[in-house]
Amino acid sequence: MSPLAALFIRDIRLAIRVGGGGGIGVLFFLIVVVLMPFAIGPDLTLLARLGPAILWLGALLASLLTLDRLFAVDHEDGSLDLILMSDTPLELAVAAKAAAHWLTTGLPLVIATPLLGLFMNLDAKASAAVMLTLLAGTPALTFIGLIGAALSVALRRGGLLLAVLVLPLTVPVLIFGVAASNAAIVGPLPFGTPFTILCALMLTSLVVGIFAAAAALRQGME
Amino acid sequence: MRLEASGLACVRGGREIFTGLGFSVGTGEALLVTGRNGSGKSSLLRMVAGLVRVAGGRLALVDADPDQNIPEQAHYLGHQDALKPSLTVAENLTFWTRYLGGAAPVTGALAAVGLAALANLPAAYLSAGQRRRLSIARLLAAKRPLWLLDEPTSALDREAQDTLTGLMRQHLSGGGIIVAAAHGPIGLDHAKELRLGDSG
Repeated sequence: MSPLAALFIRDIRLAIRVGGGGGIGVLFFLIVVVLMPFAIGPDLTLLARLGPAILWLGALLASLLTLDRLFAVDHEDGSLDLILMSDTPLELAVAAKAAAHWLTTGLPLVIATPLLGLFMNLDAKASAAVMLTLLAGTPALTFIGLIGAALSVALRRGGLLLAVLVLPLTVPVLIFGVAASNAAIVGPLPFGTPFTILCALMLTSLVVGIFAAAAALRQGME
Repeated sequence: MRLEASGLACVRGGREIFTGLGFSVGTGEALLVTGRNGSGKSSLLRMVAGLVRVAGGRLALVDADPDQNIPEQAHYLGHQDALKPSLTVAENLTFWTRYLGGAAPVTGALAAVGLAALANLPAAYLSAGQRRRLSIARLLAAKRPLWLLDEPTSALDREAQDTLTGLMRQHLSGGGIIVAAAHGPIGLDHAKELRLGDSG
């Protein structure tokens, strides 16, 4: 088995075992979305109007919740030292960790979306649209979050700093994610235009996030 | 193969820890780095491991594989043991073996450090000494010529210290190099000693 596959499988195992935090993101997403109808009131048209935005905000906060431990745990127990010393390029190791993180926190959010759409009075078509935008958007959130996680790696309680660093960078993803969802539900824009831009943002953050995070980790070891 | 250093300087947090440090240690030899707390023993090992920037001087592994740099040919046993509490003993070791490119099955390495019976126990339940033993098993599971050991005997009981001495002798007789930081003797008879902090 290649070193990267070993790292990927280890991170997935760690996330799904007790205390790994793999399920926490979905639970947090659930509670944020469930609280919304109580706060807004039983106005069904208003809920459906706000639904995509609320689902997107919930997903954004939930994916942020687990990101701060992504590199910090490995830094604290010394694993990061060994990963840095190894002949496997750090960029690829970061990419393997990001893939494992998205699979254990981003993908469950996407899968939970149709169920949570019901709380927001979204019909099947609207739920499918939000689900599709989250499928394209959550990897972007993970890759952007990588940069913050790598920058705050050596800080105790780096979680708050992470949120401050990362949330502004996610604004474009949020705008086009919600815009694409709304376009599919109420129009008048075609769904394709904002969705294509969302996909482009995801691919850009894939490249930028991985290299920036690896550079930040190297710098942070000093 | 020979690890050579000359005029090494280390600066951490704006403070000079050591300067003008030189040593040379060859195949089958061990270097014991001693010195008071804060004299830079750990920093020196981390510098050789590529984890601390070389602020001055030269550090080279002579007559080694030219395709690999020093960290890629070294094992680093630091104060942190790089173990995940929720993975079992065998899973922890299997991961590092694969990540570091080792091919040997982990059962042999576990038996060598006396942890074979605990292979399926989550690492969270290990004592400090057992965690140390598991880290030492990593040195055996993937083969590297240079061992960088930071206080390798800490938390180990008498018997485990003897085991470690045996493993280190085996490594040296197989053509390896050991650089170890310690406060006391670690059981190697002909180790060169490098004392930090006396000159400055």
